[in-house]
Amino acid sequence: MADHIEWVALSVFIFFFALVTVMGFFAARWKAGPVNEHLDEWGLGGRQFGTWITWFLIGGDFYTAYTVIAVPALVYAVGAYGFFALPYTIIVYPFVFAVMPVLWKVAQRNGYVTSADVVHGAYHSRALELAVALTGMVATMPYIALQLIGMGVVIKAMGLAGDLPLIAAFIILALYTYSSGLRAPALIAFVKDIMIYIVVLVAVVVVPARLGGYGAVFSAASDAFDAKGGTTGLTLKPGLLLPYATLAFGSALAAFMYPHTLTGVFASKSAETIRKNAILLPAYTLLLGLIALLGYMVYAAKLKLSSPNDAVPMLFQSLFPSWFAGFAFAAIAIGALVPAAVMSIGAANLFTRNVWKSYVNPDITHAGEAAVAKITSLVVKVGALAFILFLPTQYALDLQLLGGLWILQTFPALVFGLYTRWFRAEGLLLGWAAGIGWGTWTAWSNGMKPLASLALGGESYTFFVGLGALILNIAVAIVVTAIARMVLPEAKGATARS
Amino acid sequence: MWMLLLVPFVGLLWVPFYNFTEPSLFGFPFFYWYQFAWVPITSLLIWLVYRSRTPDETQE
Repeated sequence: MADHIEWVALSVFIFFFALVTVMGFFAARWKAGPVNEHLDEWGLGGRQFGTWITWFLIGGDFYTAYTVIAVPALVYAVGAYGFFALPYTIIVYPFVFAVMPVLWKVAQRNGYVTSADVVHGAYHSRALELAVALTGMVATMPYIALQLIGMGVVIKAMGLAGDLPLIAAFIILALYTYSSGLRAPALIAFVKDIMIYIVVLVAVVVVPARLGGYGAVFSAASDAFDAKGGTTGLTLKPGLLLPYATLAFGSALAAFMYPHTLTGVFASKSAETIRKNAILLPAYTLLLGLIALLGYMVYAAKLKLSSPNDAVPMLFQSLFPSWFAGFAFAAIAIGALVPAAVMSIGAANLFTRNVWKSYVNPDITHAGEAAVAKITSLVVKVGALAFILFLPTQYALDLQLLGGLWILQTFPALVFGLYTRWFRAEGLLLGWAAGIGWGTWTAWSNGMKPLASLALGGESYTFFVGLGALILNIAVAIVVTAIARMVLPEAKGATARS
Repeated sequence: MWMLLLVPFVGLLWVPFYNFTEPSLFGFPFFYWYQFAWVPITSLLIWLVYRSRTPDETQE
């Protein structure tokens, strides 16, 4: 994009990046606890985050840097369909309000750190625990890789060539996550979120004012989509209504099954904290909706993009002074650090508790757990970095889509046990396998599309593969559980309510 | 009161409710401002349910 280095933008960028780096290392002493002696300290920040810290932390890791790049890119490319992120991030909160406090209480009472801990506690099945843990880890890896892509886009926009800046940024991130644990992203999230709010609020006021108002923005986009044709447009073409709704619904159910969002839930101080956050977090959804509109502003600004991912960086570079573009890029890059850190911590917690402790060293001490998790967080990050450096970007995108489909299949095992003791581990495990198998096969045979047939045929009613797989998953779980209960009526079902 | 939590699902997942451009508001086609409007409405609905619950008896 930029063929020369933007020095002003780069200086502002480096200033903020250095600031959060210092904060990241300093964070170990914030609300200090014995970081190296217990996984609750390193991996959950001491389970003490109140309403505001949790708001910044979950806001910071649920609305990721990649979102800031990818949602406007999708909206730019296809129009209304890309907007499914808005209903998705609205309906997720009634669900969070109803379910997550229940989950938090089970975790708090039993000292659980991960979703797989909760599942094992409910069903006493090592196989189901491992299935949930592996799904979480595998689904998280490409998600971390996407954060790197988001960071790479803004680094490239400032004219820095090569992979070295990205590698340097990631090594710094890996080091302070290693030393400070969840406290680092929790502290940095304050800076990140405030910067993103400033950037977006300025952009959504200034950009339309420059371009002739929102009416002009929407009509420019409308003209562009009329010229482009196909399934693009300012509203949904007939065949896209069901995909839109099922993607929103499925994504909402999947969102809080991920290790990084659950880490935010488990790290909070009380069930009240989570309930208040369900009321307050939608503020970020407004922000996300406004960010999505940046995709349309590209049309009104008459910019020519080489790739949809350049929509946001190009918009800032062409409409704002260099220092503000640098500030915006820093916000996006720091916005990548927070989720990448929490994701690697969530994955490390899963590995430590549900693989290492369950299979390698059952007698591990609390300090030992913290040590294993710290090392794992480094391995996870190096893995994600290698992914980006050595494999085509498209692989990360495809795997992240599959990851959403996979993580959704842990929903029955994690959530049903909070409310009923009826299900059996055998049923849930087979349901999980059926959902993952059918969903992966279907997505694979459709060219890695999340929909059964996204192709131009406007008439065929298609739906989100993940939701179909979840329905199959639940159906198998019910049938197998019913059979298991007939064959072995004595065996115990879920005991999570204890 | 807990039924209020289902209202956003109905309002947003039944897409034919809002898949058109008119009437527009402040330049936003209906499709967009309708969905934006559900953000504060959803917060409000959750808050109403929150207020109506009996406080947790357990550790808070």
